[in-house]
Amino acid sequence: MKIVINIQLKEGVLDPQGKAVHHALSALSFAEVDGVRIGKQIVMELSETDKEKARARVTDMCEELLANTVIENYEIEIA
Amino acid sequence: MFKVSVVVFPGTNCEVDTKYAYEKLGASVKLIFHKDKTLPSDTDLVVLPGGFSYGDYLRSAAIAKFSPIMKDVIRFASEGGFVLGICNGFQMLLEMGLLEGAMKRNSSVHFISKYHHLRVINNENKFLEKLSVNDVVNIPIAHGEGNYFIDKQGLEKLYKNSQVLLKYCDKNGIDKNPNGSVDSIACICNENRNVFGLMPHPERAIETLLGSTDGIKMLEGFMLK
Repeated sequence: MKIVINIQLKEGVLDPQGKAVHHALSALSFAEVDGVRIGKQIVMELSETDKEKARARVTDMCEELLANTVIENYEIEIA
Repeated sequence: MFKVSVVVFPGTNCEVDTKYAYEKLGASVKLIFHKDKTLPSDTDLVVLPGGFSYGDYLRSAAIAKFSPIMKDVIRFASEGGFVLGICNGFQMLLEMGLLEGAMKRNSSVHFISKYHHLRVINNENKFLEKLSVNDVVNIPIAHGEGNYFIDKQGLEKLYKNSQVLLKYCDKNGIDKNPNGSVDSIACICNENRNVFGLMPHPERAIETLLGSTDGIKMLEGFMLK
């Protein structure tokens, strides 16, 4: 099954990339932009067929490697 | 003779500078491959050097922490052995949880490579023993992800336990922040004062010809009896 993991800096942790992009958008006169946060998306294919088991395994992957939980949050989407 | 083990990962690029620096100070230095399982038993100091381990994929130092040698580095540190993480090595210590906090992209989003002044905040530790509080040293920095982050409680704990060791400053010792780090912090240690991490490169500041020899006073701290 297909798994999509979205990783973002936690709220309250300043995102330098998001800030730079926000600044650039403002310079291009996209004045309606109030804030930009940049994260990353990891897409993987899992051989597991049980959704609950898959979620538990992917949670372990996020905790151990994929996210740095000191500064990042993650969301797991199972297609 | 003082024995230094410098760990080499794929993408490490400061191991030879580090070896050169410690040999100049009279130490015996071995380069240890990351796939090795154990450190030499007579190691006095482990250095995790700078570079771009595993191409900085995913996050800086995110993958290096799973290298086979790291289990023994953690054992060595837990038994009180001295560990120094420079630049990418500092990022590894944070990823491994041997030091607290995390690294983010520089606030400018640019890679910064230049000399920068640092002020000594605390010298009650082996690394900065040869310096005095408020001394200003001039040491190169070279990083894209050196924006040190720690939450408020964590920061209070660092200060309370004298774990904040160096801050970025100008030549007069006034705080000057190149990368957005919390409180301009450049170097911290763990509570036991045997694990040290800093973004600046003391091993690149050991020859007058190259602009500064301030790094010597730092590196040789570990060698003092």
